[in-house]
Amino acid sequence: MQESISFTPQLAASPITGILWLIPAVPMVASGGMALLKQAKRKTAASLAIGSLSVSLLLSLAAFAHVVSNWANGVATRETVNFAWIQVGATNVDLGWVLDPLSAAMLVMVSFVGLLIFIYSVGYMEHDGNFTRFFCFLSLFAGSMLGVVIANSLLLLFMCWELVGLTSYLLIGFWYQKPAAAAAAKKAFITTRVGDVFFLLGIVWLFAQTGTLLFYNHGTGSMEAGALSALLMQPAALGLTAAGAIGLLIFAGAAGKSGQFPLHVWLPDAMEGPTPVSALIHAATMVAAGVYLIARVYPLMQAGALTGGTTTALTVVTWVGAFTAVFAALIAVAQNDIKRILAYSTVSQLGYMMAGLGMGGVAVGMFHLITHAFFKALLFMGAGSVIHGSHEEQDVRRMGGLKDKMPLTFATYAIGMLALCGFPLLFSGFWSKDGILEAARHWSVARTPFYMLVFGALLTAFYMTRQVAYVFFGESRGKKQAHESPKVMTTPLAILAFFAVALGAIGTPAWPWFKAFLDGHAASFDMQGFSEPGLMLLMGTSTVVVFLGLGLGWMIYGGKSPKAEEPDALERAVPMVWGWLRDRLYVDELYEGTVIAFYRWWGRVADWLDRRVWGGLVAGVAWLFAGWARLNRFLDTNVVDGSFDKGCDELSSSGGLLARMQSGRVQSYLRILALAVVALTAILIWSSRA
Amino acid sequence: MTPLAGFLLVAALLFSIGLAGALTRRNAILVLIGIELMLNAANLNLIAFWRYGPHPELLTGMMFAIFSIAVAAAEAAVGLGLVISIHRHAHTTDLDQMNRMKG
Amino acid sequence: MSFVFYLLAALTVAGGLAAVLLKNTVHCALALTVAFAGLAFFYLNLDAQFAGFAQILVYIGAVAILVVFAILLTKGSETPKDGVFSKTWLAGLAVAAGVFAVLGWAVLQTAPMLPKATAAPAVTVGQIGNALVDRYVLPLEIVAVLLTVALIGAVIVAMHDKERTR
Repeated sequence: MQESISFTPQLAASPITGILWLIPAVPMVASGGMALLKQAKRKTAASLAIGSLSVSLLLSLAAFAHVVSNWANGVATRETVNFAWIQVGATNVDLGWVLDPLSAAMLVMVSFVGLLIFIYSVGYMEHDGNFTRFFCFLSLFAGSMLGVVIANSLLLLFMCWELVGLTSYLLIGFWYQKPAAAAAAKKAFITTRVGDVFFLLGIVWLFAQTGTLLFYNHGTGSMEAGALSALLMQPAALGLTAAGAIGLLIFAGAAGKSGQFPLHVWLPDAMEGPTPVSALIHAATMVAAGVYLIARVYPLMQAGALTGGTTTALTVVTWVGAFTAVFAALIAVAQNDIKRILAYSTVSQLGYMMAGLGMGGVAVGMFHLITHAFFKALLFMGAGSVIHGSHEEQDVRRMGGLKDKMPLTFATYAIGMLALCGFPLLFSGFWSKDGILEAARHWSVARTPFYMLVFGALLTAFYMTRQVAYVFFGESRGKKQAHESPKVMTTPLAILAFFAVALGAIGTPAWPWFKAFLDGHAASFDMQGFSEPGLMLLMGTSTVVVFLGLGLGWMIYGGKSPKAEEPDALERAVPMVWGWLRDRLYVDELYEGTVIAFYRWWGRVADWLDRRVWGGLVAGVAWLFAGWARLNRFLDTNVVDGSFDKGCDELSSSGGLLARMQSGRVQSYLRILALAVVALTAILIWSSRA
Repeated sequence: MTPLAGFLLVAALLFSIGLAGALTRRNAILVLIGIELMLNAANLNLIAFWRYGPHPELLTGMMFAIFSIAVAAAEAAVGLGLVISIHRHAHTTDLDQMNRMKG
Repeated sequence: MSFVFYLLAALTVAGGLAAVLLKNTVHCALALTVAFAGLAFFYLNLDAQFAGFAQILVYIGAVAILVVFAILLTKGSETPKDGVFSKTWLAGLAVAAGVFAVLGWAVLQTAPMLPKATAAPAVTVGQIGNALVDRYVLPLEIVAVLLTVALIGAVIVAMHDKERTR
C-alpha cells in the first residue's frame, strides 16, 4: 500500500543535530591527514581510518538513539540546521543537514557496515604496497557517503554525490597499472556522469521553480507543501507536471548511480577494484545512494498522486526497477567470475529496491536496502576471503570443495546466500523481499511487475545455488591448496552474518517496526498483522519459488564439479541462450557500436576542426602577422632606411659639389669676388636710377 | 663728356686691365702687379674727384691717395715677401699648382 | 678733353696692357713702371703735384724695384712651359670685362651730373704737411705703425729659416 505524504512538523535542532556535521567531516579530515602520510606508515593510516569511522559510528548511534527516544515518546523527528552558503543577488543558496528517521537509520547502517569493512581491509590489503593510499580513499569515500546521507540541501547532496563518484573512480582504478582497472574506473565515472547530467538539470529546474534547494526549511523547503503545490501547477512536456519531470530527471541520476538499466554497464566492470571496495561501495553504500536519493525526494516523486493512485514518475521508477531486476538476474546465471555474479546480483537487487520504492513507498524500499547492505557486504567479503584463500583465483570453475578448507567463510557465506535468496522466515532477505512483493501485488497500475519480481526471485535462488555449488562443494579444482583467512577478515563476516539474520525481525508484518519508525507512529507487536488477506498466500508463493530455485540449482550443479574447460550444464542444454546471457545481452556492444562510435567520430571531427579550422585560423593569423612584419621590414629597410640613406648621399654629394668650389686657387676666389662686386654695383646703379 | 668722366673712364679701364691680369696670369707676381694696377686706378679716381670735386681745399682726396700709396707700398712688400717664401717651399710661383687650401 | 689727356691715357693703358699681357715677367715689371709713370703724369695734370712725385718716388722707386727683385729671386724670368695664362683665363677675362662694363655704365649714366671743369686748386706742400699733422694725424700715425709692421713682417716672411731641419 502506498503511504501518503506525511508533513512532519519540524523540530528545533537538538545538540546532536548541531554536531551532526562531524559525522562526515571526521573521516574526511582523517583522509586529508592520510594523504600527507608516507606510504610506510600503515599502522597510522589504518588507525586513523578506523578511528575516524568509529567516531562517526558513535555519533550516528547517538543520533539514532535520539530519534528513537523521540519516536518512543510519539514525537516524529525532523531537525535541520541550515545556513546560507552563497548569495546570488537577492536569493541565497543554502546548505544544511537534517536529522530524521530516514537519515538516522542510514547513518547507522553506512558507518557500521563501513567500519566492519575497514577492519576487514586491514587483513585483505596487507600485502598491497599502497595500503595507506587505500585507506585515504576509503575514508574520503566514507565521509562523502555520510555527507550524502545527512544532506538537507539538494546541492550539498549533489556535491557529496560527486565526491562519492570520484572516490569510486579512485578506488575502482586503485590498481591503475592494470589497463582493465583503469578502463573500468573511467567507464564507471563516465556512465554515472551521464545520469548526473540529468540530475543536475533537475536540480537547476527545481531551484528555478521553487527558489530553494533545501529539503526542509520550516515550511519553505522544496519537499514541503508550498513548493510542491507550486511545482504541480507548472505543466511540463508530455503531460507531466514540473514535479513529475523533475522527479524523472532526479531518477535519471539515481539510475546512473544505482546501476539501473540502461546505465548498469559500469557496475560489473567495477569489480576490477579490490574486494573491500566492491563490498563497501558497490554493494552496500554507494549504489544504495541512488535509492536513498529517491527516498529523500519521495514527496516530490509522489506529488499529485490521488489516494491509492500513483504518479508517472513513480510508475517509471517501478518499471525500470522491475526490468533491471529480471535483466540482471538472467545475466548473472551465465557468469563465471565470482565477483561478477555478485555484481549482477547487486544490480538485480537494486532493481528490486527501486521497484519497492515505486510501488510500496519509502519504508519498503529502504528496508530492503538496509538488509541488502548487510548480506551483500557479507557475500562480497566472503568472496574476498575465498579469493584470498584460493591464492587470487576468481573463476568459480577453478574453485571447489572449499567448505572443508574454509569452514567459517563457508558458514557465513551460506547465511548471506540464503538471506539473498530470501529463505523463508529466518533470514532478513525474506522479509524485505516479501515487503516488496506485497507492494507489487497491490499495485494499482499493473500486475506485470509482480510476476517479473517473482521470476527474479527464482533466478536469484538459482544462480546463487550455482555459485555456492561451484565454489564450496565438489572437488577442489584449484591449482593450489586453499586456506582459511585470518581472524581480522573472518570476524567482520561473522558480525554481518548475525545481522543478516537478526534484521529480519524489525520488518515482519507482525511487528513492522521499521516502517513505523520511518513514518513516526507507534508500532506494536501484533500477530494479527499476518492475517491480512493474501499475505499468507504470498509468503507461501515466495517460499515455493525459493525452494524451486534452490532445488533446480542443486539438481543441475550440486555435487558435480565440472572442469573449467568443459561447457556448463545449462550451456549444453540451451547453448544459444547461454551465449546471450554470458555475453551480458550485448548491452556493452550496443553502446560500443552507437554511443562510443559516435563519440569516436565526434572526436575525429573535433580534432579535424581543431587542427584544420582553428589551427588554420591561428596559422592564418600568424601568417598575416608574419606578412605584416615582412612588409614592415621591407618598408623599413627600403623606404625609411633607403630614403634616409639617399638623403645622406645627396647631402654628401652636394657637399662634394660645394667642395669643388673651394678649389684652393686664389684666382677663382678673386673671380667670384669680382663677380659679386659687379652684381652689387649693378643693383646699386639700377636702384639709384629710379 | 666732362674731364672728370674721362678720368673716371681711364681709371675704370685701368682697373679692369689690372683685374684681368690678376685673374688670368699664372705667376703670382703678375697677380700682384695686377693688384698694384688696380690700386693705382683707384688712386687716379681719388685724385680726379679731388680735383673736380666741391671742396679741393680740404685736401681729402689728396690725403686719401697719399695714404693709399703708402699702404700699397707696404702691402706690396709683404706680398712679394710671401711670394718669395712660397717659392722657397714649392719651388714654383704657378698659382694653378697652389691649391693646398682646397675643400 | 685735351690732347695731353689722350696721350697720357694711351700711355698708361698701353703700359697696363703690356704689364698683364707680356710673356716675360721682367718685361711686365718694366711695363708696369711705364704705367706708373703715366699715372704720375696724370697726377701732375690734375694739379696734384705732391701725389705725382710721391707716386714716382714710391711706386717707381720702390714698388717696381721690389717687383723686379721678387722676379729675380723667384726665377720668374724663365718662361713657364704651360703658358703664362691660367686654365680659366676666359672666365677671368669675362669677369674683368663685366667689371669694366658696369663701371663704365655707371660713369656714363651719371656723366650729366658730374661737375664741369673748375679752376685748379692752389695746394702747397706746406698745406699738405699741416694737414698731415693736423687733421690727418691719426691716419699718419697708423700708417707709420703699418709701415713698421709691414717692414718687420716682410723681413720675417722672407727670411731663410736656417734653424729648421730640411
